[in-house]
Amino acid sequence: MELSICMQGIVKSFPGVLANDHIDLQVARGEVHGLLGENGAGKTTLMNILSGMYRPDEGQIELFGKPVRFESPKDALAKGIGMVYQHFMLIPTFTVAENLTLGAEITRGGFLDRSKSESMVKELSKKYGLAIEPSAKVQYISVGAQQRVEILKVLYRGAQIIILDEPTAVLTPQETEDLYQTVNALRKAGHTIIFISHKLNEVLRFTDRVTVLRAGKVVGTRVTSETTAEELASLMVGRSVSLHVKKLPREVDAEMLKVENLKALDARRLPALRGVSFNVHAGEIVGIAGVEGNGQTQLVEALTGLIRTTGGTIRLDGEDITHFPTSERFCRGIAHIPEDRHRRGLILDFSLAENSILGYPDRISLRSGFRLDMKSIRKFCAKLMAAFDVRAPSPDVMAGGLSGGNQQKLVLAREFSRCPKLLIAAQPTRGLDVGATEFIHNSLLAERKRGAAILLLSLELSEIMDLSDRILVFYEGKIVGECLRETTNEDEIGLLMTGGRHEVLIH
Amino acid sequence: MNILSVFNIGLLAATLRGATPLIFAAIGVTYAERSGVTNIGVEGIMLFGAFSAVLVTYYTKNPWIGVLAAVIVGGLLGLVHAWTSITLKANQIVTGAAVNLLAVGIPNYLLIAIWNQPGASPMVANIKPLHIAFLANLPIIGPLFNSQNLLAYLAIFAAIVGQIILFHTPLGLHIRAVGEDPRAADTVGIDVYKLRYLCVIFSGMMAGLGGAYLSVAQLSMFTKQMTQGRGFIAMGAMIFGKWTPIGSLGACLLFGFADALQLALQTIGVSIPSDLLMTFPYVLTLIALAGFVGRSAAPAAVGKPYDKG
Ligand SMILES: Nc1ncnc2c1ncn2[C@@H]1O[C@H](COP(=O)(O)OP(=O)(O)OP(=O)(O)O)[C@@H](O)[C@H]1O
Ligand SMILES: [Mg+2]
Repeated sequence: MELSICMQGIVKSFPGVLANDHIDLQVARGEVHGLLGENGAGKTTLMNILSGMYRPDEGQIELFGKPVRFESPKDALAKGIGMVYQHFMLIPTFTVAENLTLGAEITRGGFLDRSKSESMVKELSKKYGLAIEPSAKVQYISVGAQQRVEILKVLYRGAQIIILDEPTAVLTPQETEDLYQTVNALRKAGHTIIFISHKLNEVLRFTDRVTVLRAGKVVGTRVTSETTAEELASLMVGRSVSLHVKKLPREVDAEMLKVENLKALDARRLPALRGVSFNVHAGEIVGIAGVEGNGQTQLVEALTGLIRTTGGTIRLDGEDITHFPTSERFCRGIAHIPEDRHRRGLILDFSLAENSILGYPDRISLRSGFRLDMKSIRKFCAKLMAAFDVRAPSPDVMAGGLSGGNQQKLVLAREFSRCPKLLIAAQPTRGLDVGATEFIHNSLLAERKRGAAILLLSLELSEIMDLSDRILVFYEGKIVGECLRETTNEDEIGLLMTGGRHEVLIH
Repeated sequence: MNILSVFNIGLLAATLRGATPLIFAAIGVTYAERSGVTNIGVEGIMLFGAFSAVLVTYYTKNPWIGVLAAVIVGGLLGLVHAWTSITLKANQIVTGAAVNLLAVGIPNYLLIAIWNQPGASPMVANIKPLHIAFLANLPIIGPLFNSQNLLAYLAIFAAIVGQIILFHTPLGLHIRAVGEDPRAADTVGIDVYKLRYLCVIFSGMMAGLGGAYLSVAQLSMFTKQMTQGRGFIAMGAMIFGKWTPIGSLGACLLFGFADALQLALQTIGVSIPSDLLMTFPYVLTLIALAGFVGRSAAPAAVGKPYDKG
């Protein structure tokens, strides 16, 4: 086995955290190597070291048998290592071609040669079968297309080793399928790929071997074809995990949310919701399925008052809240787990304690007079952290320093702690490890049992199928199908999601 | 009295004269903001530039050396702003405001210390308008162009070159990348700090140049607070011009026109209180900012220090 990467004794610590604790990692040339581990296990940190973003405190890296040291991502790229980051490194106002060639532009006589770089990008995209439009602005292309730009960006710079950090977390099932084809094609072309994911089925399908990290240490490496999802899960978590939740039959109560003929526009002022009507009962989970960009985001924003509606009504527990401001809605018992935790759920420059009361600073118990009672807030935050297993040294660290999954858990803890009447959960397990996902699923079911009405949005069809009592399918801003969980299956939902019209009646 | 009589070639010429200092400053701040650093200190830097130009001209008798001195002083002040806001990661508004506060005190102090005159400096040599012989006899063009000095042409030239560099060269692309997302730029090997320093120093030099125009081209002396908020108007022009040099040029010409019109109306004795007339360019700035800019096009990372981590 010819090694392309050999990392030895890598140590990296952050204030209060030992993120990488003497990690050894060996990756063969031309293999797809999976990297698994709980949230905060140190995967991204290790890859940031490999890609030159961070410098290790200790340890060596060898590439193709030669020791290397990187001072910057550019150094690593020059040696053939390219990373596609968990949070994309693209400039939204630039075109695809500009982003792709940034730092290594194609010029003529000192000026940017746009037409040549666009035709070069087109060629590259054809060569690797990654469809993109070179002249489109990145802000207007889908997440999947952005990821293709990122992959092409490292290929353009001649990367032999490509690191994909949770590439599928933001993809639709179809896009994931496309990525699978891409990864396979790259492997055939001789590239080495490191693939990070929390979705075990993907890891089993995409990779040749898997290395599992726990709390900054390697706990084992397995040949993918000789292992199972259960083994990997228990290696990661240190105990056995049930990969499917057990759900009790629903006990539907009163109607909690009633939405009638709701209309709203998107950021580009085009209709995004074209007359949507549905309801959610207390004690019921209603899942919303649909390909990304079919109005689900606007539905959540309209329900939480983040965008103005252009028609229709929203009733919560009988009360018309259509024109209520966001804070008023939250007081009436709506809780919101936003899909984009960086933009909406957290303030990354605030401490965990401050984030834990974000939006609800008027909780009486956390105030002393008109001041915030920081001591109680810290205690409150510590309690949430313990309950939701948020791994961080203390409530005083900045939210920005947490691993992706732990950030998500903090948002969940905050929203669950309010015992909401209506819980709107958008991509609640995006980026979470199997253990945490299991925990969140059980928490959602516990909320359901308590009598909360839950609206669940997920791009993960299996999540919708596992948890929902009823499923609404969105297509082009409308509900094109409503199915009871017991009487439907993934194929039917999948067909509806792509606009394959056949109305399904229930009740 | 015929109000329409103010609309003549003189008005156009005055427009360009009024716009020239604004154009320099606006191009400078456009570059600074494009790289992600806001520099409200341009107001103060212009004033320092105006003063340095007069001071050096006073001793050398050559206004061009005065202009050079203004550019150098502006660049040094830009360097200070760059160091505090990029390296020390201080709040950019606060450090910019500090430069403006210094500009309130220091030139006035030096006026007294050097010339023992509180309100204004002595007269110094100034930059004369160009006289281009073959244009002289042409209608409109002749009187318009032959009433400008070299700096006015330099301003227009700078706007065009500034536009080309920002949008058609790798350097410009890198500057814009750094102002939109420094981390993304860093990962592809673009030196964020270097470019930001470069742009902020450049903004200081351009503001110094604009200030010099006021003191040794438009007048031939320095007077207390002679910039009268032109640095801020230049920032307004930058926004109005959607953070592009050519757009800023257009906006500066518009503000220059408002200023010239206001002066012309005063000269023919239009019976509006002169204080009110003088607010005209500023009101136009406000209207422009409030209504006509449309969706804001500010660089995403402007004002935020970059921490390499
Ligand atoms: N820049 C930073 N500053 C402080 N702490 C950090 C920083 N980056 C990572 N950490 C800490 O290091 C540990 C490992 O984080 P890392 O991001 O590598 O985890 P991960 O395995 O990628 O997790 P996830 O699956 O949630 O993305 C975490 O405890 C995290 O809080
Ligand atoms: Mg990670």
